[in-house]
Amino acid sequence: MNPLLLSSYTATTSLGHGLDALLAGLREGRSGLQPCAFETVRLDTWIGEVAAVDAEKLPKSLARYDCRNNRLAQLGLEADGFAGRVRAAIARYGKSRVGVFLGTSTSGILQTELAYRQRDPASGALPDDFVYRTTHNFFSLTEFTRDYFGLEGPAMAISTACSSSAKVFAVAARQLASGLIDAAIVGGVDSLCLTTLYGFASLQLTSPTPCRPYDIARDGISVGEGAAFALLERAPDKPPAGSILLLGTGESSDAYHMSAPHPEGLGAKMAMAAALRSAHLNAADIDYINLHGTATPANDAAEGKAVAALFADQVPCSSTKGATGHTLGAAGAVEAIVCALALQHDLLPGSPNTENLDPTIPLQYLTQSRSGKVRHALSNSFGFGGSNCSLVLGVTQ
Amino acid sequence: MTPTPLTAWIEGVGFIAPGLPDWASACAVFCEKTALTAAASILPVPSILPPAERRRASRVVKLALAIGLEAAAHAEADISTLATVFSASGADGHNCHALCEQLASDDRQISPTRFHNSVHNAAAGYWGIATKAMAPCQVICAYDASFGAGLLDALGQVVIDQQITLLMAYDSEYPEPLYSKRNVPDCGGVALLLTPEKTARSQARITVSPTSATADTMTNPELEKLRTRIPALRSLPLLQKLARGEAGIICLDYLPPMQLNVDLQPC
Repeated sequence: MNPLLLSSYTATTSLGHGLDALLAGLREGRSGLQPCAFETVRLDTWIGEVAAVDAEKLPKSLARYDCRNNRLAQLGLEADGFAGRVRAAIARYGKSRVGVFLGTSTSGILQTELAYRQRDPASGALPDDFVYRTTHNFFSLTEFTRDYFGLEGPAMAISTACSSSAKVFAVAARQLASGLIDAAIVGGVDSLCLTTLYGFASLQLTSPTPCRPYDIARDGISVGEGAAFALLERAPDKPPAGSILLLGTGESSDAYHMSAPHPEGLGAKMAMAAALRSAHLNAADIDYINLHGTATPANDAAEGKAVAALFADQVPCSSTKGATGHTLGAAGAVEAIVCALALQHDLLPGSPNTENLDPTIPLQYLTQSRSGKVRHALSNSFGFGGSNCSLVLGVTQ
Repeated sequence: MTPTPLTAWIEGVGFIAPGLPDWASACAVFCEKTALTAAASILPVPSILPPAERRRASRVVKLALAIGLEAAAHAEADISTLATVFSASGADGHNCHALCEQLASDDRQISPTRFHNSVHNAAAGYWGIATKAMAPCQVICAYDASFGAGLLDALGQVVIDQQITLLMAYDSEYPEPLYSKRNVPDCGGVALLLTPEKTARSQARITVSPTSATADTMTNPELEKLRTRIPALRSLPLLQKLARGEAGIICLDYLPPMQLNVDLQPC
């Protein structure tokens, strides 16, 4: 693919609001995970909750979008001056030439979960003030963002569970390549809700401790939430030094099982290989891999095999989910931004909570953060239904 | 930069709507050979799925699989090689209702199958298991604009990635009390097998471009009702012209003020 410029980017996670908090957290090897005390949830697990989400007030004209997911979206958009950069791009290109492509797995489903507690005892009806379209529906986040900026161009939500907001980069790249648009807001937002907390618990995939990716004793995920965005534009011929570029995308399907990865990581391997091809790079060109690394026994074993098959133990790699939790549909975008920070600051992020590496997985796994030259980084995101996506990012020298 | 036209050839069509169980019966109504009779949508049992998944397949999964398989068979395509785009205005409404009801009760221990069936890409996951297709698979939602959104990404894959792509756009209903908030009346959907090159099987060429024009409507009031109430059937004006073998420009609803002009040229 032709390289695309990430002309602005931002991420908000349980490590804090915006890039400075994320960078500091990664450098210090800090974890944003805490024992679960979300809403009325009673589960023995840890979560990565973003501070002050519900304090966020949406503009009056967009009140119909009010729900935890869109509050988190606004919090994310307003961090790091991202919204200002978007408005400048709209002024440059026009409101029909900027597309919106956002990933989410559960959107504002929490709003519906709460509404079901307030059904009319006689009729069973949901409360009058519950608005399905602008809260619960998968498109709500994207439509909110489109209306937030008064845009009139193409928009769509991508919802492939935990690979959603990695795949938005591939979707946006196609529309930028076709010339339908000149810039794209890409990213992902997922917020805490009962469906995912009780759902992952029902699959026995939540850990009673802070998650420990690639640890011999790993026993499940810590559900997190997050909002991450990037503004994508076609890269100029000679981007200034230090520019972050999207160089390649690779997608595949496991075609294996609804909620378990292919045991040999076949689909994962195909996605990584496709991303390298798309970037015109070889495995040896990659300096850091941000693993999907959910800390379930099955994911890390399968992904480990796939990464080892392509990269052996030659590339420093880590999962940052011990720091942020698994932000599900936002994970692809959050971790693309982690890669952008790694590239910009020559940072090799470590893996808080991981103590004793699984000796059966032969990777160069980073438990501690350290500095190191990063020219190209690869990020993996895999989801339920066997949906895989890998991204390759680079920095201009 | 000079835009690349979003052009593809249609090789196969799959279709299900209330009273219209497949593409052949839809063509007969579009060509006014038969009248549309009111009936519930018929969803074939997905015999392509292994028994365990077949038992778990919901209405929306049956719908997506049926239209996708019909379009692929129509085009004599090898389903295991196709890139896919699934686009739907919502996921499995019945499953969602059951989950929300249980999460509002004292017993929140939901079933793992209910949970993994709740993802928007459940139909895509079942499709992969059924077809063994490991090619890229996109799963999109744009509420009422979901057909246009799916068409744009499918054309992106055809034009930019030069990949034969199967677009499946479909919607299913919510039960009450969600039905009162989102009244999709029944299952309905369309699948289009799109290729980057003209072949002996090509039926028509489409070229899509943005416009701010007003969307075409259906003159038959029953078909117009389907067009407006089932988001995937915003495609009906295009499908009617395709069935009749007519050339022309059709304007489809997308995200007002952005609509999609489809230039249709039969082969």
